[in-house]
Amino acid sequence: MKHLFSILILILFTISANAAEMKLAVTTSFNNSGLSDILIPEIKKDLNLEVQLLVVGTGQALRLGRSGDVDAILVHSKAAEEDFVAEGFGAHRREIMYNDFVLIGPSNDPAGISQSINVAEALKKIREAKSIFVSRGDDSGTHRKEIALWEKAGESSKDFSANWYREVGSGMGATLNTASGMDAYVMSDRASWLKFGNKGNLKLLFEGDPILFNQYAYLPVDPRKHPHVKFEQAKRLETWLTSEKAQALIGAYKIGDETLFTPNAKAED
Amino acid sequence: MSDIVEGMLAAFRLIFSLDADLFEIILLSLQVTLTAVIIASLIGMPLGAWLAVNRFRFRRITIAILNALMGLPPVVVGLIVYIMLSRSGPFGVLNLLFTPTAMVIAQVIIITPLIASISHQAIRDLWAEYHDLLISLNTTKWQRMLTLIKDARRSLLTASLAGFGRAIGEVGAIMIVGGNIDHLTRVLTTAIALETGKGEFAFALALGFILIALAILVNLAIHSISKTERASNW
Repeated sequence: MKHLFSILILILFTISANAAEMKLAVTTSFNNSGLSDILIPEIKKDLNLEVQLLVVGTGQALRLGRSGDVDAILVHSKAAEEDFVAEGFGAHRREIMYNDFVLIGPSNDPAGISQSINVAEALKKIREAKSIFVSRGDDSGTHRKEIALWEKAGESSKDFSANWYREVGSGMGATLNTASGMDAYVMSDRASWLKFGNKGNLKLLFEGDPILFNQYAYLPVDPRKHPHVKFEQAKRLETWLTSEKAQALIGAYKIGDETLFTPNAKAED
Repeated sequence: MSDIVEGMLAAFRLIFSLDADLFEIILLSLQVTLTAVIIASLIGMPLGAWLAVNRFRFRRITIAILNALMGLPPVVVGLIVYIMLSRSGPFGVLNLLFTPTAMVIAQVIIITPLIASISHQAIRDLWAEYHDLLISLNTTKWQRMLTLIKDARRSLLTASLAGFGRAIGEVGAIMIVGGNIDHLTRVLTTAIALETGKGEFAFALALGFILIALAILVNLAIHSISKTERASNW
């Protein structure tokens, strides 16, 4: 029995020993795109900083930041981010890069959206044809963007019937899996779509409307709200992310021959 | 269907490539779950024995509740542990959120009722047999409980293995309290969820087969250590 206890204590001890690090909540698209696999090792090399990624939706990332459970967040939902800073949880908001959203759908395009002049028209066509559309439904940045786009198209997604508008309440990957299974329309960020391994009969049908641009921003959690956060490390990471080297790495990251993210960090003012 | 075959092939490739990341994930899965099983057994087995030999007013309802708790939804346990360990929660200062320790805590809560319940069933049956003997020897309650635990050890092993089975395949709670952080809290089940999210079904399945193989290996190992299921040793 004594032995059992000492073994137990040993196990508990070894698994709670940690090196110097910080926690960063990021959106699924940042991780699913594979960009994090490029950046994290570089950060380790340049800053000797272990960035631990919590891959969640923007809604949950903001929540983790509010509770002080992470040191910084990297998300894409401007209005929510500005609230986050205004309420004192975020020290500031720094733009890092952008990518864009695309509309995916069955390759035979039953609603005929591929020739639309803008995204509002494309969405209207899906709505009129009552073609199955899978929505994230998880209060993530992508979900909020989708709701805003429906509003722009003069529609209220709240009133849609579940006969064709399916809210799955899941991450981008799970949502794409669902869409692939249902042969449905879905909105995705370009990175997640390109990296997605289960495309099935789905195809990229609509892209390029400027309104589909998707800005990513970095927000360190304010140490005045949560004194325990590693603000120094979060600051170092911010400097690195906005450095020429990191920005070049982001811009150079490709899947196939497509660029996924466009770096657009401004020098500090 | 071809996904499954591909998954099996990928599983073999993964194992024989001796991938360091994979072994890290497997090791953490085992570490977290075995620690949780040991702690939960240390709580659950005495609790089961205590419930078997003691008669008290709310015994029936206590046992009913314990049995019901076997079905605790892991996601809810995860959420409660998260709220407790969050920086804004009562135990935030311990800084345990998103660590393997947090995952152990969640798993202990999930499997302790299961282990306690099965232990209670086994010990109750044995108690019926030993009752007269132990009473006539004028044993204390503690002596009775110890004797029963000792002699019911085979059934108690089943209780532990059931707990192990539930914990090793659990994903909902440890995803929330562990955060699935690479090289820190990523275990087999959360890695499977991640790969499924990426649409990498073959890789996810490969990890799944490894998980199943691991569960079988652990069960076999424990049986061979404790020499059960052998003719001379029923």
